[in-house]
Formats: sequence, C-alpha cells, structure tokens
Amino acid sequence: MFDVDVWQEIFSTIKKNKLRTFLTGFSVAWGIFMLMILLGSGNGLQNGVTEQFSSNSVNIMWMWTGDTSIPFEGMKEGRTIKFNNGDYNFLKEKGENLENVSSRFYLPGTIVYTYKNEYGSFETSSCHPALLGMEKVNVVSGRFINDLDMADFRKVIVIGDNIRKALFKEEDPIGKYVKLNNVPFKVIGLTFDKDRHSERTAYIPVSTAQRIFNGADRVHTFAVTTKMVSTAEEAEAITDKVREGLAARHKFDPKDKKAMGSFNMLAQYIRTMKIFQAIKIFVWIIGIGTLIAGIVGVSNIMLILVKERTREIGIRKALGATPASVISLVLLESVLITTVAGYAGLLFGVGIMEGINYGLEQALATGGGEGVFFRNPTVDFTTAITSMIILVVSGALAGYLPARKAANVKPIEALRDE
Amino acid sequence: MIQIENLHKSYVMGHNSLHVLKGLELGIEAGEFVSIMGSSGSGKSTLLNILGILDDYDQGTYYLGGKLIQGLNETKAALTRNEMIGFIFQSFNLISFKNAMENVALPLYYQKISRKKRNQIALEYLDRLGLKEWAHHLPSELSGGQKQRVAIARALISQPRIILADEPTGALDSTTSFEVMDILKEINDQGKTVIIVTHEHDIAAMTKKIIRLKDGVIEEVIKNGDLQLFKDRVRTE
Repeated sequence: MFDVDVWQEIFSTIKKNKLRTFLTGFSVAWGIFMLMILLGSGNGLQNGVTEQFSSNSVNIMWMWTGDTSIPFEGMKEGRTIKFNNGDYNFLKEKGENLENVSSRFYLPGTIVYTYKNEYGSFETSSCHPALLGMEKVNVVSGRFINDLDMADFRKVIVIGDNIRKALFKEEDPIGKYVKLNNVPFKVIGLTFDKDRHSERTAYIPVSTAQRIFNGADRVHTFAVTTKMVSTAEEAEAITDKVREGLAARHKFDPKDKKAMGSFNMLAQYIRTMKIFQAIKIFVWIIGIGTLIAGIVGVSNIMLILVKERTREIGIRKALGATPASVISLVLLESVLITTVAGYAGLLFGVGIMEGINYGLEQALATGGGEGVFFRNPTVDFTTAITSMIILVVSGALAGYLPARKAANVKPIEALRDE
Repeated sequence: MIQIENLHKSYVMGHNSLHVLKGLELGIEAGEFVSIMGSSGSGKSTLLNILGILDDYDQGTYYLGGKLIQGLNETKAALTRNEMIGFIFQSFNLISFKNAMENVALPLYYQKISRKKRNQIALEYLDRLGLKEWAHHLPSELSGGQKQRVAIARALISQPRIILADEPTGALDSTTSFEVMDILKEINDQGKTVIIVTHEHDIAAMTKKIIRLKDGVIEEVIKNGDLQLFKDRVRTE
C-alpha cells in the first residue's frame, strides 16, 4: 500500500490541482493553527495564575484572631480572642484533616539586625519547622529550623539572601552571629528565591521568639496545610471544622469572622482551576469546530476529485484494480493533505506561541515580571500529539465518503463515451 | 473458452424495464478471432460488458475458461479481469498523466509486480509494437494509432486468455485501422482468443467469425468459409 506508485499517483493528482489542494489544506492548517493559539493562550493564562499560587503550597490555610462581633453564650461582642500554644497542640492533635501546623508569634516593635558595623531592619517570622514545606522556603545553604531548636529554645536564625547581602556582604553567614535588638542569634541557614520578596525575611523558632520577646504562650497566627481534597466544598468543610474546634476553645461563635479570620487557599485554588478547566473545554470545542469546517472542505474537494477522476478509476478497475486499492488511493490522498497541512498549521501555531513565550521570558528576566498573569503560553507535547492523531483520523474520515464513492464507480459507466 | 447459455439481462430505468439480452446462446473456442456486430440497441455493448465481467447478468450461465462467472464480488471480479481479460477501447482510455510505459505496466501493478520489473516488461511489449522510443511520452504526445498500440500492449501485458476490443478502430482513420487489425490478427495467430465489437463491416470481415446480434439474440453466425460471401453481400449493401 505504501509503495512508490501510490505516492506517485497521489502527487501527480495534487500537482494537477495545486491551488485547490492548497486552499483545502489551508482550511485544515488554519483550524489546527487556531486550536494551537487558543490552547497555548489558555495554558499561558493558567500557568500565570498557577504561578501566583505557587509561592505557597496550594493547600495552605492561614488563621488569625481579632475581636468578637457576635454575642456568644451570654458574653457581649467586642471580646479580644487570642491564640496560644494550647491551640497549637489542639490543632496538631485534634485536627484530623490537617497535615502540618505552624504557629507564629509577632515580634513586638521594630527589630534591628546588627552584624559588626552593618545594621538594618528586616521582617522576622517566628515559626515551627513544619513551615518549610508549607510556604515555599528555599534553603540554599545550611539548614532550616528543626525540632531540637524548638525544644531547646535555641537562638538560631535562617536569613534571606537580601539580609545576607546587607549585613554580611561577601562573607559566608553560616555559623556567624547576628544581633536582633542586641540578642545574638546564630545563622544556621540561608534562603533564596528569585521570584519572591521573602528575601528580606528571617525565620526563628517560635519557642525562642516567645521566650526572648516576652510572649509567654501567645500565638498570633497559624499556618496549616489541609488534607488534599478535590472540591471547593470539601475544602470549606475542613475550614468550618477547624473554626468550630477553635471557637469552642475560645468561646466565640464559629461564624464570627471578626473573632477569627481564616483563608483557605485550597478552596480558592480549586475554584480557579475549575474556571480554567471550563476555558479549556471551551477552547477545544471552538478548535475542533474550526477543524471540522476544514475537514468538511477536504471531504468536499475529494468528492469533486473523485467525480473528475471517474473515468480514470473506471480504467483502473477494468485493468484489475480492486475496490480496496481504489479506496486506499483516495483515502491516502486525503490523509496526506490533512496531515501535511495540519502539521504546517501545528508548527506555525506552536512557533508563534514559543515566540511569545521567548519575548515574555526576556521581559521577566529584565525585571517587571511581577503581576503578569501570563506564563509559558505553550502547548505541551501530548496535546500536539493528540492533535496530530485527530488530524490523521479526520483526514481518513474526510476521505472515506469520497473513497466509497470511488470504489462504487461502475467501469462500464465510467468508460462510456460522452 | 466462452460458453454462454440462455443469457438474460435487463436494465431497470425508473418504472420501465428494458430487456436487452433475451436468452442469448454463444460459444467461442480458444484461439478464435471473432467480431460481434449489430446495430445500436442490439445488445452488443451489454454482451461485451458481461463478457468482460464489467457487468452482471440476470439469468443463464457464463463460463469463462471453464469457470462459472456469476455473482462475483467486486474484488474477485477485478482479479479475474486482471488475470483473464485484456481490454482495448475505442477511445484508448490511457491515463493522461502517465507515460506510455507506465500505462502499459499498470495491469502488472495490480498483480503486485515490482516497479522495476513491470516497467522492464512494459518496455518489451512496447518494443514488440514498435513503440520503444515513445515509451517515455505522455499519451497527449502520441498519435491515435500509437495510442491504440499502447493500449494493445497494455491489454497484452498481463498475458490474458482473451482480448476484448470495443470498437478498437472507431477513432482511427482507415490506414491505422488496418494496422491495428493486423496487430490483432497477429495476436490471434499467437493463439489468443480475440473478440472485437464493431459496426464496421470491413473491419468485421477481417476476423474469422462474425456474430450478428439483433434484438438481444444472435441473428446469424458467419463462419470462415462464408466470409467471402459476407464480403460480397456487404459490397452490395
């Protein structure tokens, strides 16, 4: 079936109808081109938004407290709710839907960092070792806070790269002591993340922070990671459960958003991803619609071609061409046109999206990438392959009807002189 | 070689049925050189189509080389045609975008013979018909007589048992007509059964047996010995 002759036959007919073949192929190429542009743009938007989420685990949830706004069990509104270490233990032990828990104690006032003659003010985040996997903290040198640091109230600190630059210049900070309001902390680790502001953040154990800065067992906020669920409703249910537990401990109405605030990233994430799924389905529908228009065009042309070649097909059949060989002649031509044209459209579409991506990367590299909701607007390999398979199948579909028609040509009628 | 008994064929056109062949009986031996004559509507084209397995028949039997040809599916019919029958047409029916050699080689393509080999065989056949130097020309660059010779080479290449020629000289002038008939005669001399359909008396007179059809049955069969008689009659007509 795939010998030189079949191809020679196909090429000779294509050559005879160059313009028509081109126009037919163009409609298919256009269809696949649009599909690639649409899919690429959809991906770009999705990647851009995912990037915004990715500075933290998607299943992270933050909680903080404030004053009650709803009277509860005979107590008036306006009470101040405060988390404490007991809440940490409660979440850790009773929070069945929670994976990791980290509490934070806000250091009072402005903390001045001093190393030799250099000094500066930076954000100090007190935390549990578990924070490492929850917020994307990238330790490039040394280590992060561990359980022993917590248990022994060690004065250790993990600093961001900006702090290193400001205080240590070219020195290796690991093992050196930096003073926080005159209390020396040993630098144990260095974090680096090119996309984030957290370069100006330092991490210390929450137990140490409470002890040194007179926090007793006071905790200001919690960061937890929840169990991964697939629907926003399930994620919200976890939030409600946690709220109920803490509300019972501190005696406030679980619905009181002022008494205790919370933000569940997962619910937000799932909702956003739902939107992108819908966009993706929409894009495929439009793309496939455009493709179908192209394929109908191919089918149409092939029908005309078969009609034009009726006599030739009649001769072939008289000379011993089987219906199968006639079908393969028409079908292969159709598949060839759709595949070649479609592949050209695919390359062109992917090429343009890659070009945009290149421009975008350049813009990001030279700064100004913040807040861009469009990243890597390209089509992945699997999608491209899927499109190719769709193309070949549709080419076969487009050729099938005309091919059947060709196979049914009666030699007598075809050879009858007009 | 050909044994036809009680052959019926009718064409349905809308509500009307046209009964073309009405119980035709025909026997043709191997090595015969036969012409089928008849006015238009006599059923000669229909008979030729059935002989060439290009069309099916309604009733009766048709044996070709001892094999019953009846209700074959398209694939089997195509294979039998390819193997047993060589066609020659009035309008040559060469494929316009193929050169003479490729046209001649086409039947062998359907026998799955390699390109190199079938082109070589095609050249041999073209050589035999004196067209070797025209092998790489397209049909549009050939004269009518040359085209028909290419078509004859194509009919012969699959080494069929019979050659069916439908008005083989219909589109040619008388000189080339006689040339073509000489070639067919030569082919017949080599032992092939040749059947031609024609309405030209002088062409028919060059064959060894004339079958005259009228209204779907055989009106008369003029054999070798009577041919002179036929020629005289034609002259007076």
